[in-house]
Amino acid sequence: MAAFDLLRWIPLIPLLGSAINLFFGRALGKKTAGALACAAVGAPFALACYVFWQLPAAGIFRDTVYTWMDSGAFQVNVSFQIDALSAVMLLIVTGIGFLIHVYSLGYMEHDEDLVRFFVYLNLFIFFMLVLVMGDNLLLLFVGWEGVGLCSYLLVGFWYHDPNNSIAGNKAFIVNRIGDFGFVLGMLLLLTELGRQGVWTLDFLELQKHASMLSPAIISVITLLLFVGATGKSAQIPLFVWLPDAMAGPTPVSALIHAATMVTAGVYMTARLHFLFALAPETLALIAVIGAATAFFAATVAVTQNDIKKVLAYSTVSQLGYMFLALGVGAFSAAIFHVFTHAFFKACLFLGSGSVIHAMGGEQDMRKMGGLKSYMPATYWTYVIATLAISGAPFTAGFFSKDLILWQAFSHGATVLWGIGLFTAGLTAFYMFRQLIMVFHGDCRADAHTKAHLHESPTVMTLPLIVLAIGSIFTGWLGSPEYLWGSRWDRWLEPLFGAAEAHHGSVQTEVTVTLITLGVVAVGIIIAFIKYGRAGAKISASATEGGFFYGLSLNKYYVDEIYDAVIVRPFTACSVFFARFFDPWVIDGAVNGVAATARGFSSIWRGLQTGNVQHYVAGFLLGTLALLAYYLGQT
Amino acid sequence: MNPSTVIFFVLAVLLVLSSLMVVFVRNVVHAAVALVAALLLIAIFFITLQAPMVGVLQVMVYAGAIMVLFLFVIMFLNPMTPERPRRAWWALGTILALLLGALLLPIVSKGELLADPVAATEFFGSPESLAKSLFTEFVLPFEIASIVLLVAIVGGVVLAKRER
Amino acid sequence: MVPLNYYLILSAIVFIIGVVGVLIRRNLIIVLMSIELMLNAVNLTFIAFSRFLGSMEGQVVVFFVMAVAAAEAVIGLAIIISVFRHRETLDPQEMQLLKW
Repeated sequence: MAAFDLLRWIPLIPLLGSAINLFFGRALGKKTAGALACAAVGAPFALACYVFWQLPAAGIFRDTVYTWMDSGAFQVNVSFQIDALSAVMLLIVTGIGFLIHVYSLGYMEHDEDLVRFFVYLNLFIFFMLVLVMGDNLLLLFVGWEGVGLCSYLLVGFWYHDPNNSIAGNKAFIVNRIGDFGFVLGMLLLLTELGRQGVWTLDFLELQKHASMLSPAIISVITLLLFVGATGKSAQIPLFVWLPDAMAGPTPVSALIHAATMVTAGVYMTARLHFLFALAPETLALIAVIGAATAFFAATVAVTQNDIKKVLAYSTVSQLGYMFLALGVGAFSAAIFHVFTHAFFKACLFLGSGSVIHAMGGEQDMRKMGGLKSYMPATYWTYVIATLAISGAPFTAGFFSKDLILWQAFSHGATVLWGIGLFTAGLTAFYMFRQLIMVFHGDCRADAHTKAHLHESPTVMTLPLIVLAIGSIFTGWLGSPEYLWGSRWDRWLEPLFGAAEAHHGSVQTEVTVTLITLGVVAVGIIIAFIKYGRAGAKISASATEGGFFYGLSLNKYYVDEIYDAVIVRPFTACSVFFARFFDPWVIDGAVNGVAATARGFSSIWRGLQTGNVQHYVAGFLLGTLALLAYYLGQT
Repeated sequence: MNPSTVIFFVLAVLLVLSSLMVVFVRNVVHAAVALVAALLLIAIFFITLQAPMVGVLQVMVYAGAIMVLFLFVIMFLNPMTPERPRRAWWALGTILALLLGALLLPIVSKGELLADPVAATEFFGSPESLAKSLFTEFVLPFEIASIVLLVAIVGGVVLAKRER
Repeated sequence: MVPLNYYLILSAIVFIIGVVGVLIRRNLIIVLMSIELMLNAVNLTFIAFSRFLGSMEGQVVVFFVMAVAAAEAVIGLAIIISVFRHRETLDPQEMQLLKW
């Protein structure tokens, strides 16, 4: 453990950037404010690289900034810690964050609220860094809540349209429900350990003492924490906010809802892996939900016509893969998929942003087509990222997704593996469907839009290129043993141990990989058959296509079901309390007290008759009472 | 039964009778006269109790000045309307008084209080002894009493003045 | 000699009679006279004790009581005059302006 005072600057610099832009942004002007914001993320990235470089020698870095709470035996510090896991997350957040900030300079160039955008974006980076670098669960939660706030602010960024604000509300409120579970889990953990005499929320301390708790308690705690994860990382049942969150600007979707914030649940679970490892039932549930979410979201993505919605459901699906990995105990594999997914998903989102930008704001894929000749840079990076997400050989997605599937298979979760396999096919299908609909074939846009079609400026295409390169080569860090081995696993070994050693033989592993490739290839071929040739099929609406098509297009009516089952009764309850309970019971009680006092006083004031002789009589009675008392004493 | 006891009882009966008259007689003037009688009887009691100075003062001040004042006011105001007594109130008042009596009398009847008085001297109760106490030990209350009387005079004049 | 108790009992009786007068009578002047009666009863107690304890202090107290009673009678009567001028009545039960 080495102390490292530099650590605190990593989150502080973006915070400062945000503050400066908040107060002086208007005065600085759009160009300067934007550059400042990018620098405010670039500097932490440089620092993060430095930390990463120095880390192996030290093992763990720690920077305690100040003591936050000190209550008897319980102490919580604002203290940052970098170990192998958080170093990786740190690089992702700052690196991809920096690329997206640069991209935003171009994307938001004509927006008059550009300054506000960068204030929020920098603030988000700050909170995400706190989340990732915190050395205790409480500080992680601070970051957790903070990124939720920034998500709300950024989803509802164009607040003049009330639908965007509603989407922001939805994101925040659904998150909050998950956070409730998180808080309960955290408090339960604290008090149960405290009951045994250990009052701490520090990760290192928790790891030492976790086995003191009974399995039942650990199950409950991990379950509650997982509820929080389903909210933040958009798993069943709390995923409903993520598709709606596409109402925010595309860089936001890329950064928050693809690369960083939504992975917070995965990070938290990996961070507390020692706790989850002691709760096999919870892990089983996590795996099931992960697989189910992956499949479910993929089935919705196949029919969506909005370019961003496809990517949103795709994100939910890929997050499902990460939780599947966590559930079978493959923590390193899950984080590996976080890492690779950040690259290709961000690339896809930014690419879609480029398309939307060129189309003048149009997001319906049915009105696109043939864009590859107009925007070659966007097209080719998009192709690379699509290949990566589908799991084409030697792309990043190939290594990370296959690793997850292999881990599921070799740990015996064959059904889940089957689901994951089928979903991989679906993923390939819908991603290539999107690629074809947007870039291939004839351009279905109207003349006016067609005239304005142009490639995006360098400030936008450069990040795309960097991310595309990453989408290929980052995967090479985690290749299976039979290729050139996994530097990734070795890097995270101090944390997760060699427990992720592959069971089963090399041949089985190669066979499984080949099966996956086969399924993926089938998906791609079907996509080309269905959409590659028949131009007419693309303009089909929801009415044709049958029952399953309708279910999928309407996302299984999940929002409507939630509305009927949860929101309406809740609103009715609120109405009851507001219209009836509050005025009649609560106000009644308060007014009742006042009325009682008034009643009593009207009785007692009868004593004031104004008649002096009555007062003398009272005086006499008092004297008699005193006399009687003293007589009784003697 | 020695003569002093007889005298005491006679005087006591008369005192009680005149007090009852003060309270229960209808005519105000009659009540005032009864009060004068009561005051004089009390003065006699004072004298029998070796307090000649105070007894004389009682006659002069109380019976002489204060009661004259009372009669002046009665004549001056000449209240005509008779009272309308209320049965309930009379009953309550009497009961309270009896209760008070029931509580007081046991206290004051305790037998072991002094039966033999200290032998009285010529000096006791005389003007000289009163004056001695008054001008040495009690000179402050004496001065304050004179201020009280001054205030009473001024207050009386102010209050009773006819408003112009 | 007459025992002290006799004087005390007599005094108590006169006092009680005075209290009854204050409570019952509906003529302010009678009420004031009853108050004087009560004061005199107390004076009697003081003098009796003074005699039986051989101390002049009782008589001094009575002296002051008389002075104060005089002042009080003056003021009381002045008030009665003033009230009668306004209200034409001496009935305390008619004077209930301080009723709630």
